[in-house]
Amino acid sequence: MDYYKVRVVKNHLVQFLVYLALFSALVPLFSMLYEVVARGFSTINIEFFIKPTPTVGEIGGGVANAIQGTLITIGLASLIGVPIGLMSGIFLSEYGELKLSAAVRFLHDVLNGVPSIVIGVFAYTLITRSIGFSVTAAAFALAIIMIPIVTRATEEALKLVPMSIREAAIALGIPRWKTTITVVLSGAKKAIVTGILLSIARIAGESAPVLVSMGFWRWWFAGLNRPVANLALNIFIFAMSPFENWITLAWGSALVLILLVLGISIAARVLTKGRY
Amino acid sequence: MAVKFDVQNLNAWFGSKHVLKNINMKIEENAVTAIIGPSGCGKTTFIRCLNRMHEITPGARVSGKVIFNGVNIYDNGVDPVIIRRKIGMVFQKPNPFPMMSIYDNVAAGLKLNGVRDKKILDAAVRRSLELANLWDEVKDDLKKSGASLSGGQQQRLCIARALAVQPEVLLMDEPCSALDPIATAKIEALIRKLAENYTVVIVTHNMQQAARVSDYTAFLYLGELIEYGPTEQIFENPKHELTERYLTGKFG
Repeated sequence: MDYYKVRVVKNHLVQFLVYLALFSALVPLFSMLYEVVARGFSTINIEFFIKPTPTVGEIGGGVANAIQGTLITIGLASLIGVPIGLMSGIFLSEYGELKLSAAVRFLHDVLNGVPSIVIGVFAYTLITRSIGFSVTAAAFALAIIMIPIVTRATEEALKLVPMSIREAAIALGIPRWKTTITVVLSGAKKAIVTGILLSIARIAGESAPVLVSMGFWRWWFAGLNRPVANLALNIFIFAMSPFENWITLAWGSALVLILLVLGISIAARVLTKGRY
Repeated sequence: MAVKFDVQNLNAWFGSKHVLKNINMKIEENAVTAIIGPSGCGKTTFIRCLNRMHEITPGARVSGKVIFNGVNIYDNGVDPVIIRRKIGMVFQKPNPFPMMSIYDNVAAGLKLNGVRDKKILDAAVRRSLELANLWDEVKDDLKKSGASLSGGQQQRLCIARALAVQPEVLLMDEPCSALDPIATAKIEALIRKLAENYTVVIVTHNMQQAARVSDYTAFLYLGELIEYGPTEQIFENPKHELTERYLTGKFG
């Protein structure tokens, strides 16, 4: 038996299977991207970016209100989620020897695994039921999704800062909290910002918790106790509707959302560049 | 000569490991005291006990007294942060703050303790860099990153950083072990110069270095202080057999 030939054949076979797997993973990704870009691109014009959701039967219209609403929701969610996540990350990394931290770390892992719709229902119970379907409730739900992501990113980034840098600062007679917020955080700044951007990209596309806690809204921002329009919900509601014009807008919304997330991811990549 | 540190019955532990056993010694002011001994004998732990850096390691514990300027630094109510401002430290590996410029590295101790006046900061940076024999080499590059310097320069930058807060004592933990012979010679010359106005305690693996730079030498072995006295006497006429065997290279 010629082992060499068998080995060559096996080698080619494995190579073929690996490429096949790669191909089958890429086909759906690219066909989806192609479909969204091809269909979405034709809907995009100036009106698309400056007009709000059209009423049923109206021609044209745009997603300007949804872009506004999405940015407001993300902004509010970050305002709640980033400080809490950042502080928890600092706690886990800098005060990690306490018994409490093992519990905190475990709970963050659990929170990270909770289905987002459950978090939506939580926000519904806690906020929507008292102040109504509102951007505040949606931002609260999205902030809860952000917290474990920001916490983990902060903890990992801070752990990469060498102990010798902390010791240098402490030996200079700098109090521990000041050492942490100046010397340690500045050494981990880029990695933390990247983590925050990635968590924003994640919540920008969330639809289930937003639907449950805030619901669909066709108008502009009207106060923190009212809903706002949302790109992800536009896709859901418009695509399910029987109206030609709305279905077209769904494709446009999908394209804008993908570009938004892509833009955030690229920003994150650029920021981490040159770190090593 | 005045006594700067009076160490009484000092014991130190890492968890259940007893690393310093009943150390008693007096350290002279404005002199260089070298701590020598084989690896793991507790040299580094000893100097980290002198500015309360030992206790920042999780599980670390200390008992006994370290009387500094007449006050036991382990007394209740003594703030370790204040102690560390008076007792500076230089580490084994140069550790400048990587995200800061040369200027900011030296000014860090003052800035983070609330000094904002640019004139005071400028003067302190210049004075410290001159004292550390580094000013002439970096005066045109103060805005450059501290990490861009060579190893020997980085170590002198760390010395300047420690001097900027005007300490009374400088603790040095094997400051030359990561440096080449030329950089080592520069640091040693610097240590002699500093001894005019500062109390220096230096841990070293290198016995020749202890002989060259120090006025007093302490020999530690397995966490115990075996012998302590003027450097000449320790090297030329050690009283203890262990000291003699260590100095002549029979073990260690």
